[in-house]
Amino acid sequence: MTYPAGTGGGFDARALWRQQRDRWHHLPERTRRIVVLVVQAVIVLALLPWYGFALLLAIFFALSWIPHDLAVKVLGRRIPVRAFMTPLVALVLAVIYPFLRDHIGTIPFVGPWPQMDTAVIMTVYAMMAVGLNMVVGYAGLLDLGYVAFYAVGSYTAAWFASVQFAKHNIHFGDVGVGAGVPGIHISIWILLLLAGIVTAFIGVVIGLPTLRLRGDYLAIVTLGFGEILPQVARNGDNIAGFNLTNGPNGITPVDPPGFGKTVHDATGGFLPDNYLALTNRNNAYFWTGLVLLAITVFASIRLRDSRLGRAWVAIREDEIAAAAMGIPLMRTKTWAYASGAFFGGVAGAFFASFKSSTFPNDFSFNISAFILSMVILGGMGNVWGVILGGAVLAYLNQEGLANIGSKIGIPDVPLYSSGIFGAILVIMMLLRPAGLLPSARRRAELEEGVHDQPLYDATA
Amino acid sequence: MSATATTDALPTRWVPRIGLLSAIGLVLVAFVLFWLGVNLAKEPAAFASTFLDGLTLGLVYGLVALGYSLVYGILELINFAHGDVFMLGSAISFGVATNWFSLHDTNSIGKLIPALLGTLVVATVVCASLNATIEFVAYRPLRSAPRLAPLITAIGMSFFLQNVGLRFIGSAPVSVPNILSHNSVFVIGGHEYRWYQLIVGLSTLPVLVGLVYLVQRTRQGKAMRATAQDQDAAAMMGINVNRTISFTFLIAGALAGVAGLLYAIYTTNIAYDQGFTLGLIAFTAAVLGGIGNLPGAVLGAVLIGLIQQFNEGLSWHSPGSDWTQSIVFSILILILVFRPEGLLGERTPEGG
Repeated sequence: MTYPAGTGGGFDARALWRQQRDRWHHLPERTRRIVVLVVQAVIVLALLPWYGFALLLAIFFALSWIPHDLAVKVLGRRIPVRAFMTPLVALVLAVIYPFLRDHIGTIPFVGPWPQMDTAVIMTVYAMMAVGLNMVVGYAGLLDLGYVAFYAVGSYTAAWFASVQFAKHNIHFGDVGVGAGVPGIHISIWILLLLAGIVTAFIGVVIGLPTLRLRGDYLAIVTLGFGEILPQVARNGDNIAGFNLTNGPNGITPVDPPGFGKTVHDATGGFLPDNYLALTNRNNAYFWTGLVLLAITVFASIRLRDSRLGRAWVAIREDEIAAAAMGIPLMRTKTWAYASGAFFGGVAGAFFASFKSSTFPNDFSFNISAFILSMVILGGMGNVWGVILGGAVLAYLNQEGLANIGSKIGIPDVPLYSSGIFGAILVIMMLLRPAGLLPSARRRAELEEGVHDQPLYDATA
Repeated sequence: MSATATTDALPTRWVPRIGLLSAIGLVLVAFVLFWLGVNLAKEPAAFASTFLDGLTLGLVYGLVALGYSLVYGILELINFAHGDVFMLGSAISFGVATNWFSLHDTNSIGKLIPALLGTLVVATVVCASLNATIEFVAYRPLRSAPRLAPLITAIGMSFFLQNVGLRFIGSAPVSVPNILSHNSVFVIGGHEYRWYQLIVGLSTLPVLVGLVYLVQRTRQGKAMRATAQDQDAAAMMGINVNRTISFTFLIAGALAGVAGLLYAIYTTNIAYDQGFTLGLIAFTAAVLGGIGNLPGAVLGAVLIGLIQQFNEGLSWHSPGSDWTQSIVFSILILILVFRPEGLLGERTPEGG
């Protein structure tokens, strides 16, 4: 009864789930459509008291009814309507969110819609999740030290846009800093790029010795780096007498982003001079975060469809076969690392500028695991799923859990956030390993399993 | 392009690079030995007492490291939750010893021994069953999934258990009474070696001997070794693979329970997050010794314990306790880069 060793026994919730799903797929097409329509209508009607949320759901339900293969020709290129419209609608809704927020009621069972500062943090985490997705979702390299890249990005921004190096007095495109203020002050826009490049370089440095290792050894080495870098930051206030990181006190304040007076006047006041001077500055940060997220998503999708991205997927699915097909393993993996690190660094730099500070304690292993939960909850390999996972978990972590806690009368709920995310990880891996919005390819891989099927069924 | 691809796969091209790598590795080892030698020459007494402290700590680490090594040996899974099972072992020991048996700073021998044994039994049984339950719920359904899947559930379980600990211990560390005597056994150059250290150190030995006997000499141990080598072949030989794996998790959990009790007595402090840090240190020890190799795990743990104590206790150019974690993880990374099979392990495909 015990053969095959890998499949028998235990609490096999996945098998049960798969069985139910197969039954569903064997129903006739018409029946399934009617059931889906009725279920959607019931959900929307049931949520009507929360009209904003119901409307949002109704919009996405409506979009899901656009036929899969409907396409329009624009400038001689076939554009699939559904695959194009859904992200576009989501983007438009996100852009007008600051104006909608006060007029759309509340989220059912949770509480108010995210405040604007939470919304900024959601964009930052979504960006990091998309970056990590390149490493974990595309290339299949489990990185448990992603927070190290975030830390490097944060500190890069903090070094070059604060009074940390007070011996120097360098100003370049900075806003809101007096000319007499010591330290290096470079425009945040340049630093976002610089932070990305520095972080990608660090990613290569970490990757070169470790990417030879496979699977869980790589995971544990990245975890080691993720633990070392914050400790270096914590102890970095006296490296042979040199104050690099200002130790546990962190570096604060970090300069705000802004376009400067010239651009502000030239655009008729559309682009702000200095974010910090704005009355509704969180809106500006939010839109900036959205732009950065959109760039990240665009780069991520283009990379996925490029030669490099297809090589990543090939390595994830079968490393030996990929090498046999002529894919240079080390170089391809290092690129995956560097690309993932780049966006982690940009997100870190933007976050440092938003919070106007960076502290070693911001970079614990919890954050790495938190970002990994976003990727897994959303759906490894699928950018849209990962953004959804990132936004939802970041919201829950920032205010959602506190709101839920006060609603059900247990104010302690946020204290146990990491335990809740841990439970989410376990439940997701058991029930829906490919995530909420799975990528079709990844799902096939996870559900078929990597082991060969036995030639015969010994239990029969 | 194809030329670079084959360098990763072909062993022949590796030979010169291994030579260079070992050279760098040997230089690093020589450097550490030189540092130890100078310290020994400067302050022999401090060196000796630090050595004893490190040895004691290392033996406690060894119990946790063995749990990692046992599980890795049989499932090739880094059981992240193991450190948190150990933490719960500490918490349960603390609760049982102080609440049920009301042990305090000074206890009569007649009360102390049965109370400690009772605590040990409770902690061991609870941790063993907890560990086996984790395997049943979180790892067994994923036996045929890609290897990253159980690793991710292990991390999730670790966080979950950490929060269970947070629920019981609270976010601040709790101090444990000096259950065993803190009087000194002997004094070396002003540094005392105390009774509780001696007892904790010596208590690990019967556990280690018992484990070696179990794995090497008993039928169940044979089944464990067979399952570790090849699950399918073991199943064909009539070994109940699932039961053997459950048994391994039981043993690993029991070790974590013992370690939890000893650690609580040794450090006189428990915290809800001690499991994560110590788990990583113990895992490093297991890798250092050669993961899956049981004597290696103990050797690695003793080395890590010594390195930690030397780093914190020696005076000549030692980085100090601020850097302990960095040093331990640097060792982990260096070992994985230079000698992934560990000190006593055999070369596996993982490292190549």
